[in-house]
Amino acid sequence: MKIFRAIGLTLLFLLTTLSSSGAAEADLRAIIAKFATAADFSETGAIVRELTATGDPAVERPLAALAEGNLYVRAADSMVFVGKEGSDSIQLFDPLSGEAAGEASADDLTQIGVNNTLRRTIRDALGTLTLGSKDPTVRIAAADTMFKTPDAANIEPLDAAIASETVASVKALLEQARGASILVSDKPDTDKLAAIALIGARGDRDALSLLTSVEANASGAVKEAATAAIAGINSTLALWDAGQNIWYGISLGSVLLLAAIGLAITFGVMGVINMAHGEMVMLGAYTTFVVQQVIRTSFPGLFDWSLVIALPLAFLVAALVGLAIERGIIRFLYGRPLETLLATWGVSLILQQAVRTIFGPTNQEVGNPSWMSGSFDIGQLAITWNRLWILVFALAVFGVLLYVMKRTPWGLQMRAVTANRRMAASMGIKTPWVDALTFALGSGIAGIAGVALSQIDNVSPNLGRGYIIDSFMVVVFGGVGNLWGTLVGAFSLGIVNKFLEPYAGAVLGKIVVLVLIILFIQKRPRGLFALKGRAVEA
Amino acid sequence: MRGNFAKITKIVSAGVVAAGLLASASAKAAEDTIKVGILHSLSGTMAISETTLKDVMLMLIDEQNAKGGLLGKKLEAVVVDPASNWPLFAEKARELISKDKVAAVFGCWTSVSRKSVLPVFSELDNILFYPVQYEGEESERNVFYTGAAPNQQAIPAVDYLMSADGGSVKRWVLEGTDYVYPRTTNKILEAYLKSKGVPAEDIMVNYTPFGFSDWQTEVSAIKKFGSAGKKTAVVSTVNGDANVPFYKELGNQGIKAEDIPVMAFSVGEEELAGLDTKPLVGHLAAWNYFESVNTPDNKKFIADWHKFIKNNKRTTNDPMEAHYIGFNMWVKAVQKAGTTDPDKVIDAMVGVSVPNLTGGYSTMMPNHHITKPVLIGEIQANGQFQTVSKTPGLVMGDEWSDYLPDSKDLISDWRAPLSCGNFNVKTGKCGGKGTN
Repeated sequence: MKIFRAIGLTLLFLLTTLSSSGAAEADLRAIIAKFATAADFSETGAIVRELTATGDPAVERPLAALAEGNLYVRAADSMVFVGKEGSDSIQLFDPLSGEAAGEASADDLTQIGVNNTLRRTIRDALGTLTLGSKDPTVRIAAADTMFKTPDAANIEPLDAAIASETVASVKALLEQARGASILVSDKPDTDKLAAIALIGARGDRDALSLLTSVEANASGAVKEAATAAIAGINSTLALWDAGQNIWYGISLGSVLLLAAIGLAITFGVMGVINMAHGEMVMLGAYTTFVVQQVIRTSFPGLFDWSLVIALPLAFLVAALVGLAIERGIIRFLYGRPLETLLATWGVSLILQQAVRTIFGPTNQEVGNPSWMSGSFDIGQLAITWNRLWILVFALAVFGVLLYVMKRTPWGLQMRAVTANRRMAASMGIKTPWVDALTFALGSGIAGIAGVALSQIDNVSPNLGRGYIIDSFMVVVFGGVGNLWGTLVGAFSLGIVNKFLEPYAGAVLGKIVVLVLIILFIQKRPRGLFALKGRAVEA
Repeated sequence: MRGNFAKITKIVSAGVVAAGLLASASAKAAEDTIKVGILHSLSGTMAISETTLKDVMLMLIDEQNAKGGLLGKKLEAVVVDPASNWPLFAEKARELISKDKVAAVFGCWTSVSRKSVLPVFSELDNILFYPVQYEGEESERNVFYTGAAPNQQAIPAVDYLMSADGGSVKRWVLEGTDYVYPRTTNKILEAYLKSKGVPAEDIMVNYTPFGFSDWQTEVSAIKKFGSAGKKTAVVSTVNGDANVPFYKELGNQGIKAEDIPVMAFSVGEEELAGLDTKPLVGHLAAWNYFESVNTPDNKKFIADWHKFIKNNKRTTNDPMEAHYIGFNMWVKAVQKAGTTDPDKVIDAMVGVSVPNLTGGYSTMMPNHHITKPVLIGEIQANGQFQTVSKTPGLVMGDEWSDYLPDSKDLISDWRAPLSCGNFNVKTGKCGGKGTN
């Protein structure tokens, strides 16, 4: 019985809404049809405002589609449709009901153009319309837009929304949006002062932006209150800025660490000046690109896993190339640093040109998996996911490498060969193979660094060039032959760099860091953590 | 140490010679051809942009040959690789002119490479077609500038941002890579903005090194500068590889084009090809050509390009159109002069008018710059630009900026009797100096 009643009620509800919206729908369709004849953006904008003025939630679909650039006019009959791009044609949907309406080729359709101003108009309009949405995240977005574009006309709908809001956090945002709207209205000063207090407590850049414009236009008590609130926000933001610099420094440090850690093995432990180190990073990045290409064409569902799949492959590719370089060139040049430098530099040019010939000279697109896109906020600090993951990854690689070097038999042999080659050989260690595998390990690590760096940098044949100098700088600064030195070196260089940048600018900041390192090396030629023992002398 | 460096240079130059031999080996000539030099980097940092221009030149020369060549002779391309090395550009230019006896050279990308070849071209009296937008403040007899001067790109772009359609921007960030093009362009823009009544505290200028990849601080500074209650926009002269991490950081820090649009002068379809453009929809670029321009000429050009390069995904861009215009102008001027003698061709060039790809005609002006329309485009999710504004008429390239005190009195006219690239109208003398 209950079920029947429920169905009956729903039907009744549907019927009433349908009949009452029947006339309105015809009106809406008439307005939407005008999109077909709009000559420029300002005319399209006028139609958007007309649609919004109806206040009918049904306009959300065509407006959202317009903002996305998905609203089309069919050339044959000037009908307006929402389009969804298929493989070779565009699927059409009714702009109001959303029902499928066949498909058409791109040549028969004209896309209705949007620009930033229009997109903003639509966003603001949707903000008001979606205030009553069931989804709290949509309501938060609506409150946010209304806060950024305050309008006295918003006060009433906001009052209604606040009254019916159940989620406390959304309610707070709605109240702030209401406050913002009060500040631009002609409400009495007492209301405005309360609003300033509310917005001052919000304390972020949007609040600062709003209050600055209020301060410029107001007078008397309101102006004073705004000035005080701005001062308050600024002082908290200054603290957050310092925190932000540290975070940026750590994040830059993690990139430096990743780029340098492979070099810490080939150069630091083995003493090979490997100018082709950057190209190993590049090979890793290109491996990621190839993996993503294969996934895109064959297994699109696996895209979020592409980096995880690319990691071992990148390690293998770079390690094999490294092995070939060591066996083919470097083993003949041990003890002759200058020749090694020149030979590996030549190798780097060959690798670059080879990649350029195979993949072309242009940048390749390596996508970010969804878990590495976007950012989240801690207070006023925006932390981007890709940077956070790169930091975690860099530390993980460092940990694994440290374990291999200190706790495995292979690491022991590696260290023995570096410390005293002849003694190690007489103990029965196959030194040539230890050399080869060590070099391959260093190269492989550079390769997996490339997987991470492909997420923040260009994937082009020149990728490695940007990192080779920084990598050497980190290893030399931290102390040759010491993994911990590389870690500390990378993070301290990153943080110093990021603290200098806001004051000195990026160009001068970099120069200052270089000069500081030169001075430091004069004082301590062996870097932060000097390796003691005969190995250094060899 | 000296010996070591000698060794290094020896090895390097040996490699370069070998590369040069390889490149020119393919260009062994039959006698009855007209040679055209192509001076674009095929290796090194600039290869990313310049290789495409080499390819488009080869395509244009092929097409001209299919039409029966020029003056009854076949055209022959001589390709050299200056390897993104500025002094090598001058050497290679000399080699093209003296050894290969080319009739004209199409080449260079960066301003510093152009500056490095200028003396060679005036000494050996040959012609260079320079296809890239640049900072102006130059007009040479032997050079034809088919890219945009600042008034054909930067100034209309700023005008658009100031307009109601562009969002009535009141506050400006001028973000650039630290070298001559961004510095001069920003100097011009700063002077222009101030002449429009923008106070100094509403302009922020910032430079970063070449190939910069850690944009966190810069992007958050932009965010901060943009939260002063006034509509803010970024005008970006960031060059080459640094753009990809810049845009990635913008996307990740959630700077939306509706809030703080970024107007770029060095980002074209080619640069966007290496990016996921979905977070960038709405950011802007100002050029004289977009691949998305819907004209029959452009459709044919794109189809020809895809066929030539055998890849349907390769994009076209503005410097490619500049070479298309420049090459057709040169062909027309040679036909008009009846010879490929550079002196006669230079005189015949002025006034030559050829169709461009955006549905109009471009004309070579007496100052060796051309007329072009200016298009403002917004980045779309598919990596293309959608034109949101187009100048009603053609804009004439203005080599000496009217907004810089040093160059506002200078004009250039290479026709007789003036024949001067830097004539000062105040003093009535030839030989004025601009800003650089």
